[in-house]
Amino acid sequence: MIGLIGRKLGMTRVFDAKGNVIPVTVIELGPNQITGLRTPDATGYAALCLGFEQKRDSLVNKAQQGHYDKLGLTAPRVEREFRDMDLEGKKIGDTLKCDLFAVGDLVKVTGTSKGHGMTGVMKRHNFAGPVDSHGTHEFFRHGGAIGAHTFPGRVWKGMRMPGRMGHDRVTVRNLRVIRVDVEANLIMIKGAVPGPDKGIVYVRK
Amino acid sequence: MNRIANWTQDDLRKDIPSFGPGDMVSVWVRVIEGDKERLQAFQGTVIGRHAGGLDETFTVRKISMGVGVERIFPLHSPAVARIEVLRHGRVRRAKLTFLRNLKGKKARIREKTRAIVAVENEAAADEKSAS
Repeated sequence: MIGLIGRKLGMTRVFDAKGNVIPVTVIELGPNQITGLRTPDATGYAALCLGFEQKRDSLVNKAQQGHYDKLGLTAPRVEREFRDMDLEGKKIGDTLKCDLFAVGDLVKVTGTSKGHGMTGVMKRHNFAGPVDSHGTHEFFRHGGAIGAHTFPGRVWKGMRMPGRMGHDRVTVRNLRVIRVDVEANLIMIKGAVPGPDKGIVYVRK
Repeated sequence: MNRIANWTQDDLRKDIPSFGPGDMVSVWVRVIEGDKERLQAFQGTVIGRHAGGLDETFTVRKISMGVGVERIFPLHSPAVARIEVLRHGRVRRAKLTFLRNLKGKKARIREKTRAIVAVENEAAADEKSAS
């Protein structure tokens, strides 16, 4: 597996040779610094610890400071393990760039979806809502009935109701890489990816 | 400049004439039928330009057999072979959506005189050389 941490910059469109529009998301992907190696001997699994961007000094506590001093690094803003990456020839402090991805690759993108706060059932679960006429009053976006009476005498578990929507970890799979610019650390991926602009995303292959 | 716009700068077409809302244009579109390609014209009034950069589109409205037809073109698409500006219109707003409610004589747009067009072009050229 290959994975990198990036930041979603926003969407635009590009055209193919025929003039078809391709909607794309631009992601600032890397550079990622290797902050740790997990070998099967030591931890029972193989993984790479990657760090993205730099954390302000005032945000680094003394424990972290000590940890990164020992490694000879500065504290990254985001750090994450990626399992089963190729550890061969890699060492702490190395930098990984988005040239790990090539045009045409199918990737998975993981992010935290936009938080919508407390929402009703029409927005959250796509309920159709009640009829707006025939004497309806003060009952326009409700969910309607949530169960029967004597049997079962309670509301079934999992009944869809209002509540907090969004701000979930979401993965979108099989998105195609349209362009890669290694110098600028930018990658173009077809379609939408989870989260707001400037949100942190993980791109894996 | 933001990084997305920077990256897509080379995709922008340089051969687009200056035109705006109220102008009469003829848009030549590449149409692919089987393995043959031909050009098809769509002639009408520009009723607005939308967004910017590579995302920019413009809407052309015409009356076809008594029915209003609007078509939205991506400005920088290779499918648009060329845009001919036939007439510059004098209008006072950016989006001419009010034309949808008008027809016949009421839907006419006054033509911008050559003098005004020349002055505007000069101003645009100045701005370009200044920046």
